[in-house]
Amino acid sequence: MKDKDSETASSNTGEQETASERILYCHCNYAQIIAPEVKQSVLKKLCASGRAFDAVADLCEMAARKDPALLRLTQGGGVKIAACFPRAVKWLFSGANVPLDRDHTEVVNMRENQADQVLERLLAADLQPNLPVDNQPPPASEQAGNTANRTS
Amino acid sequence: MSLTTSTTLRVVIMEPATAPTAENSQPFEKMQALLERGFAVTRATPRGKTAPTDRSSLLVLGHFSETEVAQGMETEGTEVRFRDSRTLDPDSTVALAEEMREATATFKHGAWKPWFPVIDYDRCTNCMQCLSFCLFGVYGVDDGDRIQVQNNDQCKTNCPACSRVCPEAAIMFPKYKTGPINGDQVANKDLQREKMKIDISALLGGDVYDLLRTRSEKAKSRFSKERNPDKALNERVKCLNKLANSGDIPPEVLMSLPSADEIQRRAVEAKAKADAALEKSRNPSP
Repeated sequence: MKDKDSETASSNTGEQETASERILYCHCNYAQIIAPEVKQSVLKKLCASGRAFDAVADLCEMAARKDPALLRLTQGGGVKIAACFPRAVKWLFSGANVPLDRDHTEVVNMRENQADQVLERLLAADLQPNLPVDNQPPPASEQAGNTANRTS
Repeated sequence: MSLTTSTTLRVVIMEPATAPTAENSQPFEKMQALLERGFAVTRATPRGKTAPTDRSSLLVLGHFSETEVAQGMETEGTEVRFRDSRTLDPDSTVALAEEMREATATFKHGAWKPWFPVIDYDRCTNCMQCLSFCLFGVYGVDDGDRIQVQNNDQCKTNCPACSRVCPEAAIMFPKYKTGPINGDQVANKDLQREKMKIDISALLGGDVYDLLRTRSEKAKSRFSKERNPDKALNERVKCLNKLANSGDIPPEVLMSLPSADEIQRRAVEAKAKADAALEKSRNPSP
């Protein structure tokens, strides 16, 4: 199936320099750990920015279910993820057998930053990778599961 | 894991290149309403990229003619529907998405609060303390005898106890209130802090039940003497609260613990599983 929306977005953009990375916003639906005013403001301003982006209800919930949709969220180049702590986001994806690309992922923490700071990073032209550095290989099952997911 | 692995329905909101008008406004309201009902939403505009399309079903909302709406597609179980969004308000947008979710049997959210441990393998030393500790069968080992979360839906909501027994602070609960359990960076002081640790034996049937039994006997005795059921109840509540406060364990978790005998049985079982995995990793078979 053709990616109608992505294709439209990437072919028509006149602002490549500010739109080279994807944006993924997590609404953290199941808990009040992110201030509602921060979430609301970030989402509202993202909508008003005119930028294309993906949004999910709750990354934790998707990771727990190993939702196949997580795979596509890791694909398509560099990504800025508006969610919580980078360490948590890294291992959530990894636990769901779809590890993030450390060199092309920036996690913007909505638990610790104000909405304007979050927006500034999401819409910035540059990407600042900030996932914690690996020091151990992933578990055997993760590698096996990953292969299965990618070929399904 | 008993949780479904079905995918989430993706709703694509296509924005026209022209400025929004009254009838196509409310992108934020629509998006928020969809997210709160558990849908994955893509806002497609001429600026920027989005995640690629996979083989999951799509509901595409935009400025479509009747012919385009009627076109839709269905191939190998994947359905794509186009709908004209100009007359849709947030409620009717959600209703439309719900209808498609039913039709495509994609994931319906809301049945389970996603509270479960997430292992930081950069820190984990595979000591199996979490496996020995957890009475609810959340942990197991993979084919390489490495610790892993196997039944995350069996985890007790709001209970971070296993993260407190982890000597390396390698277990996170992303929805927990404070660091490093919430995924914040681990500082040396976190590893040294006594509060981080709780005595495993205290929750493996020994102290908890001794304490409860002693308190209960005392309360029973007072109950028989004073015939005051409130006092006995208060005593139990006080005891549970103390335990809850000392280990940050929700009282409802303590209340839902199985019987003392069952706890001992599960503890022995979990420990045997952990010992076997450790033994195997020390002496791998050729």
